[in-house]
Amino acid sequence: MKKVNVYITWKQGVLDPQGKAIQESLHSLGYQEILGARVGKYIELEVEEGPDIEGRVKEMCERLLANPVIEDYEIATSEEVRL
Amino acid sequence: MKFAVVVFPASNCDRDMYHAVKDVLQEEADLVWYQNSNLENYDGILLPGGFSYGDYLRPGAVASTSDIMQQIKTHAEKGKPVLGVCNGFQVLTEARLLPGALLRNKNLAFMCHQEPLVVANAATKFTSGYEQGEIVRFPIAHGEGNYYCDDETLEELKANQQIVFTYQNNPNGSAGDIAGIINKEGNVLGMMPHPERAMEALIGSDDGLRLFRSMVENWRETYAANA
Amino acid sequence: MLQTHDIGPETVEMDKLYSDMGLSDQEYDSVKNILKRRPNFTETGIFSVMWSEHCSYKTSKPLLKRFPTKGPHVLQGPGEGAGVVDIGDNQAVVFKIESHNHPSAVEPYQGAATGVGGIIRDVFSMGARPIALMNSLRFGDLTTDRMKYLFSEVVHGIAGYGNCVGVPTVGGEVQFDDSYEDNPLVNAMCIGLLKHDELQKGIASGIGNTVIYAGAPTGRDGIHGATFASDDLAEDSDKDRPAVQVGDPFMEKLLIEASLEVIHSDALVGMQDMGAAGLTSSASEMASKAGTGMEMNLDLVPQREPGMNAYELMLSESQERMLLVVKQGREQEIIDVFEKYGLQAVAVGEVIEEKVFRIKQHGEVAADIPVDALAEEAPVYHMPSEQATYFNEFQQLPETVPHVADHGEMLIKLLQQPTIASKEWVYDQYDSMVQTNTVVTPGSDAAVVRIRGTEKALAISTDANSRYIYLDPETGGKIAVAEAARNIVCSGARPLALTDGLNFGNPTNPEVFWQMEQSVEGMSAACRALATPVIGGNVSLYNQSRGKSIFPTPIVGMVGLHESLEHITPSHFQSAGDIIYVIGETEAAFGGSELQNVIEGEYTGKAPAIDLETEARRQQQLLAAIQSGLVQSAHDLAEGGLAVALAESVFNGKGLGLTAELAGDATVSLFSESQSRFLVSVKLEDQQRFEEQIEDARKIGTVTDDHLYTINIDGSTVIQEDAVKLEELWKGAIPCLLKSKA
Repeated sequence: MKKVNVYITWKQGVLDPQGKAIQESLHSLGYQEILGARVGKYIELEVEEGPDIEGRVKEMCERLLANPVIEDYEIATSEEVRL
Repeated sequence: MKFAVVVFPASNCDRDMYHAVKDVLQEEADLVWYQNSNLENYDGILLPGGFSYGDYLRPGAVASTSDIMQQIKTHAEKGKPVLGVCNGFQVLTEARLLPGALLRNKNLAFMCHQEPLVVANAATKFTSGYEQGEIVRFPIAHGEGNYYCDDETLEELKANQQIVFTYQNNPNGSAGDIAGIINKEGNVLGMMPHPERAMEALIGSDDGLRLFRSMVENWRETYAANA
Repeated sequence: MLQTHDIGPETVEMDKLYSDMGLSDQEYDSVKNILKRRPNFTETGIFSVMWSEHCSYKTSKPLLKRFPTKGPHVLQGPGEGAGVVDIGDNQAVVFKIESHNHPSAVEPYQGAATGVGGIIRDVFSMGARPIALMNSLRFGDLTTDRMKYLFSEVVHGIAGYGNCVGVPTVGGEVQFDDSYEDNPLVNAMCIGLLKHDELQKGIASGIGNTVIYAGAPTGRDGIHGATFASDDLAEDSDKDRPAVQVGDPFMEKLLIEASLEVIHSDALVGMQDMGAAGLTSSASEMASKAGTGMEMNLDLVPQREPGMNAYELMLSESQERMLLVVKQGREQEIIDVFEKYGLQAVAVGEVIEEKVFRIKQHGEVAADIPVDALAEEAPVYHMPSEQATYFNEFQQLPETVPHVADHGEMLIKLLQQPTIASKEWVYDQYDSMVQTNTVVTPGSDAAVVRIRGTEKALAISTDANSRYIYLDPETGGKIAVAEAARNIVCSGARPLALTDGLNFGNPTNPEVFWQMEQSVEGMSAACRALATPVIGGNVSLYNQSRGKSIFPTPIVGMVGLHESLEHITPSHFQSAGDIIYVIGETEAAFGGSELQNVIEGEYTGKAPAIDLETEARRQQQLLAAIQSGLVQSAHDLAEGGLAVALAESVFNGKGLGLTAELAGDATVSLFSESQSRFLVSVKLEDQQRFEEQIEDARKIGTVTDDHLYTINIDGSTVIQEDAVKLEELWKGAIPCLLKSKA
């Protein structure tokens, strides 16, 4: 099987109040170098070997995992994993 | 008029919606479990509030992929009324029956209280019982009711009079103060505030009564015209 | 932490492993006597959780016996998941309060959330639909980042869980005192409604019947939670993190619906939730109550993680799990209901005649224990008790009146004290309206929930002024019960019964045990005087850290009945022109008062005096006046005294104000916390009838429409403030404290 990691982030232009809160907290802890923080989601999929894994995961993102109105996604397929 | 209140796993305002139309309005209504059900014989579909699938992934996302959504889409295509409240609104946007999306409230907290709303369009099948611009009080109860759409969509919503309710004092950061929108065809309404919680003065407000009455009256007119 | 189950019984004894699990040498010896052999590792674990304070009440039992628990309307007293009270028309109300203090101190969001989940399961496992939640919270002063974090996260946790399961959180209380600095209290109460014939009990009767496990699979979470909850909160309690359970409210919501569906099947024999000490306590208690035994095969128990041993499976406190006993041969119909909701339900064992609790795993017997040894033969300790030294000192102190230079300024200060200030920041995060029955939303003396389809409603209140209880546990205990009843009466309901959440420090300290004894004594006396029996509750001990105990905090969760919706009475003034009355005399009573806290920064002296006969008489008279329709609003006088109660009465956005004419010492008139007093408003035309009915009522002023708060004493104006400004300060205080930098 393969491990596929899906990273979901807010689209540009969508306000991320949680990210803003994190940025402010980091500033108050003295990390003035933080210019921005965005919070996203990370989903780990364990996928059975097969053809076009990436294509199918892309489809999953479009249909369920991400909402294209507000979210972007990135797919990273890692090396084969043996359990 | 016969209503179906669609129940998803962890819908939690399903009984409230049922009570509103069945006991207060005295119309026919059924609680319809999302699996193995047929919506063909219903005149109106109500998607209640709650936390379908625990709001996991995104509120409404998982419910919007369930089989019953296809039936709801067919029902909507026929021009029959669909009302989604709170989580029901989230389900409708996730299913693309309505544009936009609901984000976390700008203060990141769940909020529950009565909120004054402006009836921004009183010329819909759902709001004909209100005056244009009238202020009504409905409870809100949501953590993710911050309506978002891109500027182009917002302009379109305005141009088509698709904005039905706006907040008088925007509590959650919604674009255009939007509390509820309708599809272009005018038969699918989604809103974050709860009209079904505003059916009796005893529990704080009966401003929601006229929304359901409008639905029923408009349906009767259409039905009488067709008959 | 010990992980392996390969450790032999000899090692458990030689290395005193039992003591790591919380058993004393003596207790270990009695286990050996009961089994007539050495217990193995798993058995030792089972005894240690079942004999923990949380499950066995070993130190509090002798005290709990003092509570009056019977009444003509009590259908189920202490001993089941929750108590049950008849409310007529074949309906009954089910309720219980439970603490989740230690888990909340370690991981506040999950600790509070799972506290809510647990108490809801206690109620629906009785066959009742949960209709309301309340909570009673105690924190240290909101001055440190740590305390703000604990407070915010506990509130988020309650909201996150309660909102999702669709049970409205209709009210509660929050108080702040530095005695809770390292040990916040999180007590959650759930109220349910059932028809008499739906009442379920957690019993495993009928030899050969099947034991079914339903809900979430078992993981390694919360192992030894029950013993953990019965220990001192050590400074390194961060280490205990894995013991905190994680809640899944989505699963809980499905479990509620499925469980309430199976109670209608006559295939169901008994049902109990798996709470503290998980599978161990639910299974052994069900068997013990039925006088049967139980055999379980752990290989059949749904498991979340591979390789769990018997010890872990039996002690896990994974959430959202239920244990059912079902008639033999009819398992499938029950399993089908759970499957409809996407829940796992599997047969894991059977009810047996031999009164033993026998656990098998991998074909071997992992535990074999006489059932009654676990539930019935737990040790009972009579702890030494010694009057606290501070108590004597405090009793010798003369009653003094603190010096207040500017009463208006003091009122403003009091309104911004977090204990008095508006809790809107808290309750706005709770869905208080789902189920569309909430008539009185949070922020009033008592919450009110109507019973659909009837003319009735329920009033619910939680109370405990721990400052009074600390100064004088007996008097304070009386006040706690009386104040809860006052709140119920003010809302227009008749008090029915109560559940208690007893939170105390370390009972092995004789002074702490004395506090427990005295407060239980005082509460019991008030329960008798006010005819409100105790129908169940929870004990949380060892609430202390760094050697300092919390204030004794026995929380009273009381439920009352409105016979008619017409009787529901608001706590706010309603219309200009209404006459304002105070019922009851005001004397100098400043021990434990908010004024003392503001001026002296500590609590000393005597608690306010209370006479239970007077209390009962006034409550009855006020209730009668409300029922005759003579009362526009009623509010009890509590922290901050009359001045604060008057202000709260105009804080409802109607633009109302008031003018009051008082006499005597201004500080006493305005800020004393004398007991058994009520603030009532009455229509002008009802004035005479009202005065005839209530002998202790004294007219003090009028409601006005100029949103001015005016107090004259002996003819001269002592306070004049804009009520709108006061309300803003009162509402803004907690958000402001949370935002300010530590």
